Amino acid sequence: MFKTFGIRWKEMNSFTYKRAANEAEAIREVADNRSAKFLAGGTNLIDLMKMNVQQPSELVDINRLALKKIESIPTGLRIGALATNSEVANNKLVQEGFPVLSEALLAGASPQLRNMATVGGNLLQRTRCYYFMDTAFPCNKRVPGSGCPAIPGFNRIHAILGASEHCIATHPSDMCVALAALDAVIRVEGPKGARSIAITDFHRLPGDTPEIDTNLQPDELIVSVDLPSSAFAKRSGYLKIRDRAQYAFALVSVAAALDIKNGRIEAARIALGGVAHKPWRSTEAEKVLTGAQSNAQTFKAAAEAALRGAVPQNHNAFKVELAKRAIVRILNDVSGRRVGGAA
Amino acid sequence: MSANQQSSKAMNQNKGVVGQPINRVDGRLKVTGGARYAVEYPIENMAYAALIGSTIANGRIKSIDTSEARRVPGVLHIMTHENAPKLKPVMTNPAEGDAAGKRVPLQSPNVYYSGQYIALVVAETLEQARRAADLLRVTYDEQPPATDMDKERGRAYIPKQKVAGKPADTTRGNPDAGLSAAAVKVDEIYRTPTEHHNPMEPHATTAVWEGERLTVYDATQYTYGVRHAMAATFGIPEENVRVICKFTGGGFGCKGTVWSHVSLAAAAAREVKRPVRLATTRQQMFANMGHRAETEQRVVLGATSDGKLTAIIHEGLSHNSTYDEFVEPFSKPTHMMYACENFRASQRLVSLNVGTPTYMRAPGETSGMFALESALDELAYKLNIDPVHLRLINHADTDPDEKLPWSTKLLKECYKTGAERFGWSRRKPTPASMRDGRYLVGMGMASAVYPVNHFPSSARVIIKQDGTAIAESSTHDLGTGAYTVLTQVAADTLGLPVERVRVRLAHSDNAAKGETYQAILTRAGLKEVEGDFDMQFNDRQKTHSSHSFGAHFAEVRVDPDFGEVRVTRATSVFDIGRVMNMKLAESQMRGGVVMGIGMALMEETVIDKNSGRIVNRDLAEYHVPVHADVPPIDIVLLDNFDEYASPIGAKGAGEIGIVGAAAAVANAIYHATNVRVRDLPITPDKLIGKGALA
Ligand SMILES: Cc1cc2nc3c(=O)[nH]c(=O)nc-3n(C[C@H](O)[C@H](O)[C@H](O)COP(=O)(O)OP(=O)(O)OC[C@H]3O[C@@H](n4cnc5c(N)ncnc54)[C@H](O)[C@@H]3O)c2cc1C
Ligand code: SF4
Repeated sequence: MFKTFGIRWKEMNSFTYKRAANEAEAIREVADNRSAKFLAGGTNLIDLMKMNVQQPSELVDINRLALKKIESIPTGLRIGALATNSEVANNKLVQEGFPVLSEALLAGASPQLRNMATVGGNLLQRTRCYYFMDTAFPCNKRVPGSGCPAIPGFNRIHAILGASEHCIATHPSDMCVALAALDAVIRVEGPKGARSIAITDFHRLPGDTPEIDTNLQPDELIVSVDLPSSAFAKRSGYLKIRDRAQYAFALVSVAAALDIKNGRIEAARIALGGVAHKPWRSTEAEKVLTGAQSNAQTFKAAAEAALRGAVPQNHNAFKVELAKRAIVRILNDVSGRRVGGAA
Repeated sequence: MSANQQSSKAMNQNKGVVGQPINRVDGRLKVTGGARYAVEYPIENMAYAALIGSTIANGRIKSIDTSEARRVPGVLHIMTHENAPKLKPVMTNPAEGDAAGKRVPLQSPNVYYSGQYIALVVAETLEQARRAADLLRVTYDEQPPATDMDKERGRAYIPKQKVAGKPADTTRGNPDAGLSAAAVKVDEIYRTPTEHHNPMEPHATTAVWEGERLTVYDATQYTYGVRHAMAATFGIPEENVRVICKFTGGGFGCKGTVWSHVSLAAAAAREVKRPVRLATTRQQMFANMGHRAETEQRVVLGATSDGKLTAIIHEGLSHNSTYDEFVEPFSKPTHMMYACENFRASQRLVSLNVGTPTYMRAPGETSGMFALESALDELAYKLNIDPVHLRLINHADTDPDEKLPWSTKLLKECYKTGAERFGWSRRKPTPASMRDGRYLVGMGMASAVYPVNHFPSSARVIIKQDGTAIAESSTHDLGTGAYTVLTQVAADTLGLPVERVRVRLAHSDNAAKGETYQAILTRAGLKEVEGDFDMQFNDRQKTHSSHSFGAHFAEVRVDPDFGEVRVTRATSVFDIGRVMNMKLAESQMRGGVVMGIGMALMEETVIDKNSGRIVNRDLAEYHVPVHADVPPIDIVLLDNFDEYASPIGAKGAGEIGIVGAAAAVANAIYHATNVRVRDLPITPDKLIGKGALA
């Protein structure tokens, strides 16, 4: 049963607030009302509502659902969608088996925000493009077809990879970059049942539909994120370059994971943040790394491969070089780490 | 002045509570939430206002459709230029030329900058007011805005007002001859961006009319200005206006001007015949409450091969709005900072479609000393002379501009003490020659200066029969600790312990000592006595030039791959005259240095050049230092009574902490990297690929 606290405040930008008791109820409610939204930590959604960027008519609070657990499963680790960013970052199993995820989370936002923010909400956070967040501007993502003022405007924080003439926004998450390097699988439930989405298929490139961030359906609820255990996941790390020491979104970030045997790279994962509309997994870089000797030369070649297709905007050409250097640095770092006794 | 001066001097020698690092007297109130700010006064029957800003930066309003907004339940009034009462223009600061706010709001359909208030909604609740505000439908005749100082430079003009009391073009001696005679020259352009004050407490006003009497609860650093402005705007006597501001949650200058939301709140309250509360949003503060204007400064230095300056030229541009005038007086400190006979200053303004800039912490000195102290650093490298030594060579023993002796000046001690405590001698002179593991390490320094400013003031002291005293003044506590310092002054002057003095804000009274106040008043049969005191200064007949001085030393660590800069430690030494409260003053200075680090590394208001809208208009996107950016900062204050600066011997602590701090950091970055960045802030993109980061 729903508890309805919302009186329809006609005088406000009206919306109702409901607290869902279980998953089925939450999904049904959002399926029935196309302009309803799940409410998790609220750290992104509420801000956007205050700015009139998003105007749901109904908030379905999912915080009482039993989706907070972080547990071992036969293939690896299952992280509940409502586990907070702090809980995940400080979890022993995460730190040991998937250090890149812990490091990425701790590089994001502030302690206060991380205590509120959830895994599900983090996956679905919207871009920090200035123009998207100010309704006085046109924006193809906010109002399809209205134009993109970032392209002729101030685009220092915008994308250098995978952008389109319709949108050059970036996905701002740190966590998702780590997930992209960990072959994460997003488990969702909707009115038509449950399904699993690979992290690389979860977020989209802008193309000519920048208004659609992800391949999740609006009435689908994220229930967990599964991380398969692997040797490379254990030897993984995150590097974030930003304009101040903390509490700033990435100019560029890199998640790297390596499986090294006798100096040879058996498997590799590279994902970049702050450069594209989605966490940017670079299979080009991975190809260079896989089977190669783990050394500076290989890392440089991988960095070059990752940025080969980069197309900078007026104010962000520096990101290309920055990203290359960040890739080299984190690969050096990760390759030199001691993992379970073997270096 | 002199009688009081003597008593203060005596007081100083008596070693009272002044100077001691006592805790804030209002600390408890603040941490318990007991301190009331402008929006926190409970008032009956209150209505709430919300402001609507323009979405264009230049043009005219064609129409405002209020029909949908008026249907929102609870809406009491919608004010636009079509129905606003006629409000009279005011000079809020007639003595200095107005800072801003001269343009009366909602009096015409003209739009001068993006975010300019074009309407106000009053409703029963804040939510209703904001909802209705969202539903206004506005159409415009839009003109392309002027947003780029560089592109508009052809339209630069000579300011109508003086630049910090001087003509916009000033020459002393013969700078051109001085330059020709120079063995070494520096001639560079330095740029500082638009910056915003961003105090924690947003601007807010609660206006209450009782007949023709107006009470305003305002977040301000200028209660008298608010009173004057309200009286003039509404054509009522000043006695009819009461302004209450018991606590101000920071200002840094933006609360020194009476911005238009104050008169709008009062006008709205009169329209709806109810008290009206108006709190601005962070986003509105970016558009409407002034900012530090961007500058482009050319500094030319000429020097002999042994480092003696033969000429200084400091000239350039700052931006202004299109409807008012404010000059960021960046050349101000250069008039007097170094001993050099040949000097020229010249400032021009470029009008843009932005709100009018205003004073921001150390207006003029902050931007100007970044340029001058960077240039001096460049000169030091060219001459191969230690930067501290170069400043000593050119130390001004008297004020070269006013030709007066200094009241006090311990700048040489500041350099010496700072260099010693910081370990300046460990600095290797060659750029990019110091490392800590992978990181490039650099050390830089810069001078600081800020003049002593005098304002007339008055205070009242009431001594009660129970032996307590109340000291009153209409000044305000910005959060800097005025309550505490004034309590200390009153306690010493009255010979009472601080616990027995309450400041409603201060005055000194030469009451007889030796006998208790209880005894005196009881003998006289009085419950209390009251004394008033007015302080006027005659600066025109002054015999000395009074400035605070200081020296900053900063160490940075730069990542050689990414250009991420962290300040790892800093030492700053100041001569601010007598130190009234060591704890508060140190904290004030430390805050100034933190703000200087922000200026050096991250602060910048970005205006979209096509629309004229500020894009990073909140604290997530407008970066100021967070804790992790702030290193240990060693502050030393040379406590030194200055009898000419003020009766209490102090020279002023609020502004100087930031002056020169950004230059010290920038100079340290050059030393670390061999990259000279002349346009602030110094973000990774400006370093990567250059010098030691190639
Ligand atoms: C000032 C600031 C700085 C920040 N800095 C960083 C940073 O440096 N790095 C970084 O990565 N992030 C940063 N963030 C973003 C932060 O990580 C996100 O706001 C947060 O992760 C969102 O999580 P939430 O639970 O609060 O989501 P909410 O705001 O509750 O929801 C966000 C969206 O997700 C949807 N949603 C939530 N849970 C589910 C679910 N289980 N199933 C389906 N839909 C769901 C909601 O409907 C909504 O559309 C910052 C945020 C702020 C405000
Ligand atoms: S980059 Fe994308 S989000 Fe930003 S303004 Fe353009 S369309 Fe909108």
